[in-house]
Amino acid sequence: MAEPLLQVDQVGKRFGGFVALDGINLAVAPGERLGLIGPNGSGKSTLVNCICGALHNESGSVRFDGQAIDGMAAHQRTILGLARSFQLPRPFHSLSVAENLHVPLLYAVRARFGSHLSAREINDHCIEYLRLVGLDAKAHKRPRDLTQVEMRKLELARAIAAEPKLLIADESMAGLSHSEVEDILKLLVRLNERGITIILIEHIMSAVMSFSQRLVVLVSGKKIADGDPAEVVRNPEVEKAYLG
Amino acid sequence: MDFPLELLINAVIAGVLLGGFYIAVTVGISIAFGMLDIVNIAHPAFIILGSYIAYIVNAQTGLDPILAGVLMMPVFYVLGAAVYQVYYLSFERRGQEALRGLAFFFGILFITEVGLVLVFGVDYRYVEASYVGPALHFAFIDLPYRLLIPCILSLVMLGVLDLFLSRTFLGRAIKAVSQDQGALALMAANPIRIKRIAFGISIATTALAGAFLIIIQPVEPSVGREYIGRVFAIAVLGGLGSLPGTVIGAMLLGIVESITATFYGPSWAPAVAFGFLLLTLAFRPSGLLGR
Amino acid sequence: MRSWLFTLVCIAVGAITYAVMRGVHSEYLFVAGYVVLEFVVLATAWNILGGYCGYVNFGSAAFFALGAYTTIFFHKAYPLPIPLLIALSAVVSGIAGLGMGYLTLRLRGAFFSIATLALAVVLQTLVVNWDYVGGSRGAYVIRPQALSAFGLTIPYVEYLFLLMLALVVIAITTARLIERSRLGFGFATIRDDELAAEASGVPTLRLKLIATTLSGALMGMAGAPFPYYIGYLQPASAFGLEYAVNSIAMPMIGGTGSWIGPLVGALLLGTIQQVATVTISSAVNLLIVGLLLVAFVIIAPNGLVGFVTQRLRAREP
Ligand SMILES: Nc1ncnc2c1ncn2[C@@H]1O[C@H](COP(=O)(O)OP(=O)(O)OP(=O)(O)O)[C@@H](O)[C@H]1O
Ligand SMILES: [Mg+2]
Repeated sequence: MAEPLLQVDQVGKRFGGFVALDGINLAVAPGERLGLIGPNGSGKSTLVNCICGALHNESGSVRFDGQAIDGMAAHQRTILGLARSFQLPRPFHSLSVAENLHVPLLYAVRARFGSHLSAREINDHCIEYLRLVGLDAKAHKRPRDLTQVEMRKLELARAIAAEPKLLIADESMAGLSHSEVEDILKLLVRLNERGITIILIEHIMSAVMSFSQRLVVLVSGKKIADGDPAEVVRNPEVEKAYLG
Repeated sequence: MDFPLELLINAVIAGVLLGGFYIAVTVGISIAFGMLDIVNIAHPAFIILGSYIAYIVNAQTGLDPILAGVLMMPVFYVLGAAVYQVYYLSFERRGQEALRGLAFFFGILFITEVGLVLVFGVDYRYVEASYVGPALHFAFIDLPYRLLIPCILSLVMLGVLDLFLSRTFLGRAIKAVSQDQGALALMAANPIRIKRIAFGISIATTALAGAFLIIIQPVEPSVGREYIGRVFAIAVLGGLGSLPGTVIGAMLLGIVESITATFYGPSWAPAVAFGFLLLTLAFRPSGLLGR
Repeated sequence: MRSWLFTLVCIAVGAITYAVMRGVHSEYLFVAGYVVLEFVVLATAWNILGGYCGYVNFGSAAFFALGAYTTIFFHKAYPLPIPLLIALSAVVSGIAGLGMGYLTLRLRGAFFSIATLALAVVLQTLVVNWDYVGGSRGAYVIRPQALSAFGLTIPYVEYLFLLMLALVVIAITTARLIERSRLGFGFATIRDDELAAEASGVPTLRLKLIATTLSGALMGMAGAPFPYYIGYLQPASAFGLEYAVNSIAMPMIGGTGSWIGPLVGALLLGTIQQVATVTISSAVNLLIVGLLLVAFVIIAPNGLVGFVTQRLRAREP
């Protein structure tokens, strides 16, 4: 494998006495499509939070794009090219849907070295991303007026609008209909073909299996499997974790 | 400046007694802010209200101010429950507690103070009781009863609350409200009701704390402002929501304040509490015992 | 409207206000008007942090007093013209705001609010114990009867009024400029959801520090001419509770969403108070402010401006 885009090394996180992450190792290559699964409460979102700087891991280290990012503020990581969507959507309620996307364009993309987005280009990008997730008709609505499903799409679009190198989608598809899941999957694959590395966290197994080139399984804060999706799901330990 | 030992020892002892009283003043905030996450900056206003009620009852009927405080506790409980209901309906439910909820309590603080000024003026008021004047003497040590009795009774109140919170179903539910909504659901308790009860208790403690206050010192409406810094300094110093932490924070502040007042003069005393608060927030926001 | 045009309009409105008030020939009008304008500046300044970012500052009086005492200090040490004192006060109060923010803004929002309460008391104690600026006794400032410049002579009260009018223009154009800029977007995301803001690349801590500094500086500017206005400055009047409560109540009652809210709230409440102080007592008048504050946060959370726009929108087909 070439130099990994993301390298997670022995990352550990506790909440009081509870060990949420226990020495996680993970390397993601540039351009990869990685699936991350695990039962509820296994630590998936916590791992995302540690990678993106929303939480600080007590032990271990994270490297992104050839640079150690431990202790770096979350917004700096986003500027570097690490974007995530939140599992429970957290839109900016006082801004319109379009303005929600302006925020990462103004603050993350524009702050990047060598980037010169004009106001007009920002608008164009914003419309493009809204169209990608199918929210272009709602551009001037407030997040409160969206349905739960649309809210998830907005959450994903806002992460995409940061124009990241690595996109982490934390359960973007929960509650979506079968055809909507297909649409989002297609969108993610298309983004991946543009060169964006993607980590997909998902409970819908069919979606994960069709999307992932590699599958990682977390159980109780430990990584118990990592490899080819078809092989991983046949792994007896994984079966036990899911069934027993 | 030299520090005569006798003066120092007396200052420390007075500080411990004062600290005991500060427990009564703060324990309500430890519940409201520490356990329920309600930033009730009007807490000292309720204490002053308690002082004035003890004063009125004492002046009209000659009833013991502490007894008056105890009798007022149920009334204050109801008051607190009602305030919480308004707070919940208007702010917590709408997710606006950060900006408007704070402004609401600030408004209450302000209305109470100005209202008391309008009714009673800005004169200092005090109560009559047999123990306000005299003191116990051991060698060179003075133990004034007006400090000793509130201190002991504050500790009693703290003990009762601690037992209630750790031994009863309701008490455990109150503790769970702050930490774990899931556990609360398992206990089949309605979080709004639990919070209403807890906030009622938090305000009920101010009836007694107010009575203690007016025994310790004469009171006028703006005295409450000094206590804003004290209660939050102690609550934060003690690590929010921890009763043992509250005791340590209260004692520490009492001693430091007492030493400052003895050696540098009382005009610096208010700054001690607030300075403590600023330093704690800046360097030890999780409290002395926190990690 | 372009920003420079807006500024011009503001200046024009200010000039007309002044011209009309001169026409009335009443010194009292300027004395009262000064206070109302002072509250416009304070309310607008408070709203930059409170309304835009969602952080409640209870210590407006501290920043205001810092400005006033900066003037007292230089009055004793090295007398300077008031416009220069205003600039110096902005620096002092701005630094205080930055320091406050730096100490507490990494913590939960409520801690910041509590700390601002503390700041007012600590500063007041320092001032009370600092004899150079008058200590608890207070300090006198000899105010000239009139000011002559460019061959014109105007009463000093009018000069102070004009200065405050200029500060109002500065405060309002600053607030509006923020609203329309990237900064305004950033502030809104902080108010809505800081975690999501960080995830979108918004440097929340830096933005909050900008807000506390700007807000503190504007409050200090409002306080700088105060010693000249009052003539005799005591700690109790510089740190008066009415500054803290009014700078919260006025934006809350007017509406915190944009620069219009604090302006409307301050003009309305400030005028009511000026009238009430003459006709009733000043304590009653503060009680009214407190009651209005509580009533508005419960009943009309978006203030008068929010209420009116909602009505207008509802009437549209
Ligand atoms: N801030 C927190 N404080 C305390 N415990 C937490 C916190 N965040 C997460 N946890 C706990 O850590 C564990 C892992 O949570 P996490 O959200 O990472 O799980 P997950 O794998 O994302 O689950 P899900 O599939 O339900 O999203 C859970 O037991 C959760 O209760
Ligand atoms: Mg999760």
